Amino acid sequence: MKKSQYFVIAVLMIAAFVLAACPAATPAPTTSSGDTAATSGDTTTSSASGDTATSCECTDPKGCVTVGANDPVRVGWMMVVSGADATLGLDSKFGAEIAADDRGTIAGHAIELTGEDDLCSAEGGQTAAQKMSADNKLTAVIGTSCSSAARAAIPVMCGAGIPMISASNTAPDLTADDRPADYWCYMRTAHNDKVQGAAMAEYAYGAGFRKAATVHDGSLYADQLQQVFADKFKELGGEIVAQEAVGPQDTDMKPMLTRVAAAGPDFFYLPIFVAAGGQVVKQAKEVPGMENVQLAGADGIFTADFLRAAGDAAMGMNHSSPDFSLFGEGYPALLEKYKAKEPAAPLSAFHAHAYDAFNIIANGIEAVAQKCDDGSLVIGKQALRDAMISTKDYSGITGTLTCTATGDCADPKIAVYEVMDTNPDNWNPGANADSNPKKIWP
Amino acid sequence: MLKNLRRRVSGTTIAMWIIGFILLVVVIVGVVRTLMIGKYTGADWTDLFVYGISQGSVYALIALGYTMVYGILRMINFAHGDIFMAGAFFGYFTAIVFEKNGFFDSPTVDGKLVLALVVVTLVAAAGAAGLAILLERIAYRPLRRAPRLVPLITAIGASFFLEYSFLGLFGSGIKGFPEIDALKGRVSIFGVEILKTQVVVIVASFVMLIALWLFVQRSKMGKAIQAVSEDKDAAALMGINVDRSIMITFLVGGALAGAAGVLYALLFRQVYFFMGFFPGLKAFTAAVLGGIGNIAGAMVGGLFLGIAESLFPNLVLDGLGIPAPYQLKDALAFLLLVLVLIFRPTGILGERLATKKA
Repeated sequence: MKKSQYFVIAVLMIAAFVLAACPAATPAPTTSSGDTAATSGDTTTSSASGDTATSCECTDPKGCVTVGANDPVRVGWMMVVSGADATLGLDSKFGAEIAADDRGTIAGHAIELTGEDDLCSAEGGQTAAQKMSADNKLTAVIGTSCSSAARAAIPVMCGAGIPMISASNTAPDLTADDRPADYWCYMRTAHNDKVQGAAMAEYAYGAGFRKAATVHDGSLYADQLQQVFADKFKELGGEIVAQEAVGPQDTDMKPMLTRVAAAGPDFFYLPIFVAAGGQVVKQAKEVPGMENVQLAGADGIFTADFLRAAGDAAMGMNHSSPDFSLFGEGYPALLEKYKAKEPAAPLSAFHAHAYDAFNIIANGIEAVAQKCDDGSLVIGKQALRDAMISTKDYSGITGTLTCTATGDCADPKIAVYEVMDTNPDNWNPGANADSNPKKIWP
Repeated sequence: MLKNLRRRVSGTTIAMWIIGFILLVVVIVGVVRTLMIGKYTGADWTDLFVYGISQGSVYALIALGYTMVYGILRMINFAHGDIFMAGAFFGYFTAIVFEKNGFFDSPTVDGKLVLALVVVTLVAAAGAAGLAILLERIAYRPLRRAPRLVPLITAIGASFFLEYSFLGLFGSGIKGFPEIDALKGRVSIFGVEILKTQVVVIVASFVMLIALWLFVQRSKMGKAIQAVSEDKDAAALMGINVDRSIMITFLVGGALAGAAGVLYALLFRQVYFFMGFFPGLKAFTAAVLGGIGNIAGAMVGGLFLGIAESLFPNLVLDGLGIPAPYQLKDALAFLLLVLVLIFRPTGILGERLATKKA
């Protein structure tokens, strides 16, 4: 009796796993074969296109997305919209939404934005990518927010042939020259942390700091960023006295900080996220030997929520983040629309990058979409990715964007800011006299 | 005789002992090497120790809820960590009111501040206790006679329900618990500089632990709870109201968790919907470490775990030359659990269970 019950449960569980795996598995075959027969399933899935669309067959080796005559073009986002780091993702999401509103239509079709939460973690990125890659109407995705999520999501999305362009992934790995072949569909408008880490190191060395310590939280982003910083700082002639790590959910940082204090740094770089970052900054003021060490964060905690998490201890802290004051002419208008659309939403670092990312997708689609006689669109997946990655001298809001062969599209401009006021309601980053945080370098 | 022995000492037991022995040797080598390097001063070590006690006393308070419910119902109440989270939220909202009315303004500890803190703790404890009772009444009581797996799964469901209710009600952002000026900085006790918040947390939790101990050992209700945990049916025959005893258990456990929520918020000043998950997990570990079902065990286990987390990465891993040891804090805590369970399967103080264990 007992045994048979276990058997039934086991069978049910296996069935559940198989079913759960199915949506992810189905898009994969479309990438295997080059002829149109293999991908015709995709092209005929739309009821509107039907078999009249003979004039625009799909010839793309990776398959096509067909948009019916009266259907909108679907663009996805994959960002962290819940949890402690929600402002990071929401900020980018609003940027993409404003871009979609500004644009109105793509190739004569309305625009539909859909999205999933990447939870700023590998697990979240995996789940979101499994869901989104199963959507055969999805043209491209803006995302993810976090590099750890990207590492899990990219192979899945590339497997399904859906181009991904991130507005806030900054880990150098993702666009490195030796990146895996299944990252072919990925690019980003965010700066590469090779730039951000080096900028912070130059600022710190220039400001007279000589003994630096770093901490990361095991995430791809934080680990690589602190390493870039450490390498550059050493190269400039400084000394790295400690490189520590904590867990992203840890709360008691005092033991770790005691270790750092024992190494005697004068500069402490913590390119981590909001929850742990807030704890490190608060508790640094409570650990003997750390009270007067200059603290510095990065773009991951460049948000008003961080002030909420860190409280008064954030006063005077430095941050590296994109330099808003060097953004293009369209930026003030974007900022106005943002504030009109989401008055309560505090700005984070990457809304403008998401705006540009959306436009790179839209330009790509308009360049490669075949218009059929019945009004439907056929968009080749490989063609769309190629069009996006060959973006050259596109004057976006974040600068003049040109993509490299490995997907780095950013025109990176990094500034270092200083927190002048710890009231989250007064968060207003910029280079003006009343800005908070205020740009102090370069 | 020899056959008997051979049956008792099986291959796996020997393998476990060998693994345990190797781990022990590694630990000892690590400790000796760290101390020989001598990178840290005596003050550093006492600091680490005190950080551990303050963290551990919070674990102990939460662990008590796990262990008491296990003792009486033989179920793991996985929603207990979220009761703790709810307590922190109730405390946060009360504290905000006091802050607006200037109760936290004075630079020294005064009557107003003490009153405010006591009220905040009481509100949090009452709120969390109420929630725990509701949980028991709605989610667990109907399943009292169901197979053991059923209430366990229900508890996990209840945990998600609480987390996502708070997410829906109060959003996902982190709320900053008010900072109390009078508790900033350090105070010297017996020549040891201790953070004032930690003094408050340690003293408050020890008072609560002793109160609970007296309640369970001395009061009539406490004895009734012990009787029910030994044998529900016999206790009922002796005229003990079983439902009421179980309810009181949840009430006490919930109140302790709620108070722990406030202490935790005082220490770390962050309140958000998911904050109960890891402390809950750690407290459960502490309860198992000390011997689940054993109240003194939960206290010892909590303190032990807190101190281990704070001290051991530095003490053991640093000597082994492992960089950035604090990211391995959790791994170390659970390794410790494995070690203790290998050598003492019933926990440090032993599982105190009735002979009629289900």
